[in-house]
Amino acid sequence: MGESILQLRQIRKSFDNTEVLKGIDLEVAQGEFITLLGASGCGKTTTLRIIAGLELPDAGQVILEGQDITNREPNKRDVNTVFQNYALFPHMNVSDNVGYGLKIRKVPKAEIERKVEQALRLVQLEEYGKRMPDQLSGGQKQRIAIARAVINEPKVLLLDEPLGALDLKLRRQMQLELKRLQKRLGITFIYITHDQEEAINMSDRIGVMHEGILEQLGTPNEVYYQPQTSYVADFVGNANILHKNGETFAIRSENILMNGETVCTREAVVVEKSFAGGQLRILFRLPDGQTLTASRYGIDNDLQPGQKVKIGWDAKDAVKVIDNDKDENHK
Amino acid sequence: MTKTKITSNSRRRSGNVGLMIPMYVFTILFVALPILYLFLLSFLQRAQVWGVDFTFTLDNYKRILEPLYLDTFWQSLKLAFTATFFVALIGYPYGYFMAKMNAVWKRRMLLLIMIPFWTSALIRLYGWIIVFRSNGVLDKILMGLHLTKQPLKLLYTYPAVVVGMVYSLLPFMILAVYSSAEKLDASLVEASRDLGASAWKAFWTVSFRLTLPGLLSGVVLSFIPSMGLFFIADILGGNKIVLVGSVIQEQITKGRNQPFAAALSAVLMILTSVMIRLYRKITGTSQLEGMM
Amino acid sequence: MKKKKWPFVYVALITVLTYIPILLTVVYSFNASKLTSVWEGFSLKWYRELFRDRDLGEALINSLILAVLSCAFAVLIGTSGALGMSRRKRKLDDAVAYVSTLPIMIPEIILGMVFLSVFSLMGLPFGMVTLVIAHTTFCVPYVFTMVRARLVGMDRSLEEAALDLGATKWQVFRDVILPQILPAILSGVLLAFAMSFDDVVISIFVTGPKVNTLPVKIYTKLKTGVTPEINALATVMLFVILLCLAGAYVLGRKSQTAVEKAAGGK
Repeated sequence: MGESILQLRQIRKSFDNTEVLKGIDLEVAQGEFITLLGASGCGKTTTLRIIAGLELPDAGQVILEGQDITNREPNKRDVNTVFQNYALFPHMNVSDNVGYGLKIRKVPKAEIERKVEQALRLVQLEEYGKRMPDQLSGGQKQRIAIARAVINEPKVLLLDEPLGALDLKLRRQMQLELKRLQKRLGITFIYITHDQEEAINMSDRIGVMHEGILEQLGTPNEVYYQPQTSYVADFVGNANILHKNGETFAIRSENILMNGETVCTREAVVVEKSFAGGQLRILFRLPDGQTLTASRYGIDNDLQPGQKVKIGWDAKDAVKVIDNDKDENHK
Repeated sequence: MTKTKITSNSRRRSGNVGLMIPMYVFTILFVALPILYLFLLSFLQRAQVWGVDFTFTLDNYKRILEPLYLDTFWQSLKLAFTATFFVALIGYPYGYFMAKMNAVWKRRMLLLIMIPFWTSALIRLYGWIIVFRSNGVLDKILMGLHLTKQPLKLLYTYPAVVVGMVYSLLPFMILAVYSSAEKLDASLVEASRDLGASAWKAFWTVSFRLTLPGLLSGVVLSFIPSMGLFFIADILGGNKIVLVGSVIQEQITKGRNQPFAAALSAVLMILTSVMIRLYRKITGTSQLEGMM
Repeated sequence: MKKKKWPFVYVALITVLTYIPILLTVVYSFNASKLTSVWEGFSLKWYRELFRDRDLGEALINSLILAVLSCAFAVLIGTSGALGMSRRKRKLDDAVAYVSTLPIMIPEIILGMVFLSVFSLMGLPFGMVTLVIAHTTFCVPYVFTMVRARLVGMDRSLEEAALDLGATKWQVFRDVILPQILPAILSGVLLAFAMSFDDVVISIFVTGPKVNTLPVKIYTKLKTGVTPEINALATVMLFVILLCLAGAYVLGRKSQTAVEKAAGGK
């Protein structure tokens, strides 16, 4: 990964008197795969569109390779977007779709043909050149949309939740493919998703966004094991938020220990058990009223609601965080 | 997000003002202004030889209240109502049944309806002259079947005019009903049958109610033109049927009285807008469904 | 559910009734006799008269030119208007849109009357100029409403994708928007052309002494006396329409097979 290729400085944006972006600062390194992660409405898509030039920020700057492109038209930026709904031109066939950017730049016909063939091979759809978009499946459309974007060799590729409409298995497959593609091409990818699994699987760095603010920017490890705020702690993985002496701590549910380990010194009562996210989850209530969730593999164990158990955790697993989450005491 | 937002404060959007100019200029100059001028004209006086005298007067409107002209308006309204009634009676089932056909037939039917529409209205009327004329085709058939002994003098009668008008207006009604009936959800009818309704009741309470907007827009689409299709009355009715439209035309060409013609037109226009208002109130829609 | 026959019978009956006048016209166009009460044998003499009739020929050309010009202007005005309005929300736009549709909502005599007075006032020469203006006013709404309806449902992200790939605003229009609104424009033009070509009332009011459109000419002929030439004319027009429809059908099938070939080939 190289030096900084894109910077966002204090980007602000409001829509109809609602502030959607409250001052975003971001530095993206050349060749990295960075993901903006957050729930709907957090501003991640707006940020992407501002980078693409499809929206103008109310304040702040967008700097690409040292040049201020904040006010530049989207067709004059060396940036390409993969849209969430693919946005393939319905009246053009696959080859014409993929080669559109080159045609606009008046690349000679023979070379366009060559490059289109290359791009289609890259996404493993070589024979599909003459097909029309409405004859493609969702996954195929997605790959054509990617081919259409990368063929222009942009400095930065923006991807707006491209896998959202695909089923789980296909999504997982595409995640790996996208990652491989990125490594192969060496292009900087800025990816958007609300799926933390996706973010962790693919990214070099993750930027967690919440209500128009970039709460934390770091590697998947950092964001997962060292969350800085209670929101991040809870959004990425399921963390328990505990308040003690005016301070707030986050403890991952898999780190809650039970059954006689030395650290298990706290009294707790089992409230209920459930099965979610592929794991067994046990909800405990502490004497002071706060609740904690422990998670284990398997679908059941011997504990019963109402039972008194001793639980605990390693001190190192309790991370101090800034409390900013409105809903406390998540299950 | 599947639909993308367009910001209202983007500088990019300002380039579109230019796009609006042709439409604005044309509409204001050739639609809005003329209609306003019409109203103005109706309050003016006719000049001695030709043209208009710019003195204000209410005489034109007073003249409309004369029995002769009131009667003419009434005749036009009566004819319009009659024609529209039959158009609805014949056209509604047609459009409704059309919507129930399979895709192939639907396309064929649409084509079949549109073909006469494409030929000249006048020529189609001429066809009716052939049918209705004394010793014409209809007479020949009826006499041949020994249903009548003498030729029926159907041409130049009121029924002939009504038939001519219904014939011209039918496609509008059919298309309006069809487009409404096409969107009808078959499962709603099935649900009502499932709940015990007879076939007739199911139709009346579900299908008819839901296709009502189509019927009503068809009524509007038929009624409004019927107030002005004076040439049908002219050709099929001869001099016996005098409509507002004919009067207006006469006033301009023979009477050289633009202001009076304007007053007549203004009254007609007000009647028409009242109809449209009524329709909007009943259906609560802002666009005519039949307009595709 | 049992398949009932009577709906089809009803539809068939009405359809037949609507075609009877047309068929009669065609049949009688070959009648050697001038009167419809007598059949004198098969003859093409009315067709010969038709092609010899200079006036009718001139009127036909006038009507065609008029329709083409009016539709051309209607496309320019209606399309630009619809495009402009699709991007912004102004109350004034809605008002102008409503007013622009008045020409098809108010009875034609009123429109004719209105144009007559205004054109007199403006001192415009009565003839092709006034005809084109008048016809354009009622052609615009057809194109405008169809294009606007199409634009409302259009996917905006396609335009953004084109911009993103480097297209200028003009190229976005040419490559993305235009192909999508073309069917709507065509539908509007088809309707508008028919309305213009067939217009009697408005044309009567705004035509000039030297210019005759086909419908007006036919109307005056019908009023003065019956000539079976008209039957011949009707038959010819019908034939032309059927030819166009057949042509459109063949073109439609051709493009469909081309796509099928391309898809199934690989």
